[in-house]
Amino acid sequence: MEYIIIIISAVLVNNIVLVQFLGICPFLGVSKSTSTAIGMAGAVAFVMTLATIVTYIIQYYLLNPLHLGYLQTIAFILVIAALVQLVEIILKKVSPALYQALGVFLPLITTNCTILGVAILTITKEFNLLEGVVFAISTAAGYGLALIIFAGIREQFELSNIPEGLKGTPIALITAGILAMAFMGFSGMV
Amino acid sequence: MAKESNFKNMVVALFAITFVASASLGVVNEFTKGPIEKANIDAQNKAIADVLPAFEKLGKSYKVLPEGETDTLELFPALDKDSVTIATAVKSYSKKGFAGLFTVMVGISADGTITGYHILEHHETPGLGSKMALWFSNKDKPGQSIIGKKPGSDNLTVTKDGGSVDAITAATISSRAFLESVQRAYKALKSHSNPKNSGAIQNGATKEGANS
Amino acid sequence: MKQLRILLNGLMKENPVFVLLLGMCPTLGVSSSAINGIGMGLATTFVLVMSNILVSMVAGFIPDKVRIPSYVVIIATFVTIVQLVMQAYVPALYASLGLFIPLIVVNCIVLGRAEAFASKNSVFDSMLDGLGMGIGFTLALTLLGSIREILGTGKVFSLTIFPENYGSLIFVLAPGAFIVLGYLIAIINKIKKA
Repeated sequence: MEYIIIIISAVLVNNIVLVQFLGICPFLGVSKSTSTAIGMAGAVAFVMTLATIVTYIIQYYLLNPLHLGYLQTIAFILVIAALVQLVEIILKKVSPALYQALGVFLPLITTNCTILGVAILTITKEFNLLEGVVFAISTAAGYGLALIIFAGIREQFELSNIPEGLKGTPIALITAGILAMAFMGFSGMV
Repeated sequence: MAKESNFKNMVVALFAITFVASASLGVVNEFTKGPIEKANIDAQNKAIADVLPAFEKLGKSYKVLPEGETDTLELFPALDKDSVTIATAVKSYSKKGFAGLFTVMVGISADGTITGYHILEHHETPGLGSKMALWFSNKDKPGQSIIGKKPGSDNLTVTKDGGSVDAITAATISSRAFLESVQRAYKALKSHSNPKNSGAIQNGATKEGANS
Repeated sequence: MKQLRILLNGLMKENPVFVLLLGMCPTLGVSSSAINGIGMGLATTFVLVMSNILVSMVAGFIPDKVRIPSYVVIIATFVTIVQLVMQAYVPALYASLGLFIPLIVVNCIVLGRAEAFASKNSVFDSMLDGLGMGIGFTLALTLLGSIREILGTGKVFSLTIFPENYGSLIFVLAPGAFIVLGYLIAIINKIKKA
């Protein structure tokens, strides 16, 4: 039951992009086409889940016992940087097309606040390892959901009549705001 | 401009940087440990003073694990000059806030009356759940205020659930969680039996009698 | 004068938030009030200046393939220092900014400037660049924070402009952040074109 609440909360009620404001840079950058959005969401999901597991182990079996809590930021970001390198290498071999499509955004996953954010939140919310994994996967799903919806809307922009001053980033942000308003409707659920 | 990227150079550079970084952080950590500890204790003491009526001194704090609960609560008894407990500050919590866990300091007098509360840490929505800091102590609105009410006899739940307290507009979840934390504080105080501090609730009967 | 131009660059011409569109996460997440905006801006400025200085100093000694991880460790060190110092001396602001303080380490502005400027310029110039970008960031955050706080609650910096009942709560919440920033960027684009 606890897990259902974690899932619904992470995907809808406390959606990582539209409610918690994490992962905005790639959100605005990659969401111009639905297929790239799906690819990005997949890469983020993979890195996020792995990163949560590894940082969890490091926090509870290395940093805490040795009272090195203040090294959390450094340790976590190094783990994430290494994992992204790994994903890049694997993706290049397994799916060169997707690797090309993601372009510069793949290494940017390292600076994607969602990954570091979820790693830190798992520790602050005192989840156990399984809850942490569920949280990471659900958050990534929520991220993917927001990304794909947004990409679909932005594809429509090409065909819409937008005032000159609002074209590009301004209208994207305003749309994100309206999307965030829609997601606020979920707030009664948990 | 940079050095050649062979394996040895890469490892040495990365190791050196990480080593210097960790060492400097160790030093800064030593310097700030004291002030951080002090800041935390100051905040806690301020909260305690905030929620309690006038008292002579604080007795020794103690922890209680009430029946059916998973986490212990810390209680801070306030004594008068004869070392009789006149009120207790309870560091309570609720995990059912809109954004999860939040912590509250609740002041309960020896006869089971709420004397005050102070929200310690929360992540509730600004403008909605965050209003709980002042909503439930608003003396001008007796329907909302829990100050002076007795958790033992008054039904301290939101009116939606049949209780006597008006919830924050559009923030029922936060309101419910807040009242749950207050009830938890009362339960912890009631369930503890500490012979050294006389005047604790279970000994002193309330006027209503059988509710302890 | 070249140094002055570097300093002023980050304020208007290449303002990290309004022009370069970097550092969006803290911009949206922390700007619910003017004081939060200033606090976050100053913390980030400290990290920007210190890491720019240090990266500029050691860039020559770092092999190219590990430069990003090395820069990240340097940045993370200063972020942790900011965390510890804030926790010790301004705990209320620390609690208010919450998760976004450690997230300074992944603020694209910091790594971006280290890579694009500090690794290729002198220590003094890098410091100026960090300072200019940091101040530009702080100004953007404070502006956004003030607008949201006024429209949402009628107050700014504890000054009441109009009663809270007339405020539109939406501006203090997530959607308001997106919408106000969107319009601000549109206005600034218009000004720049004129």
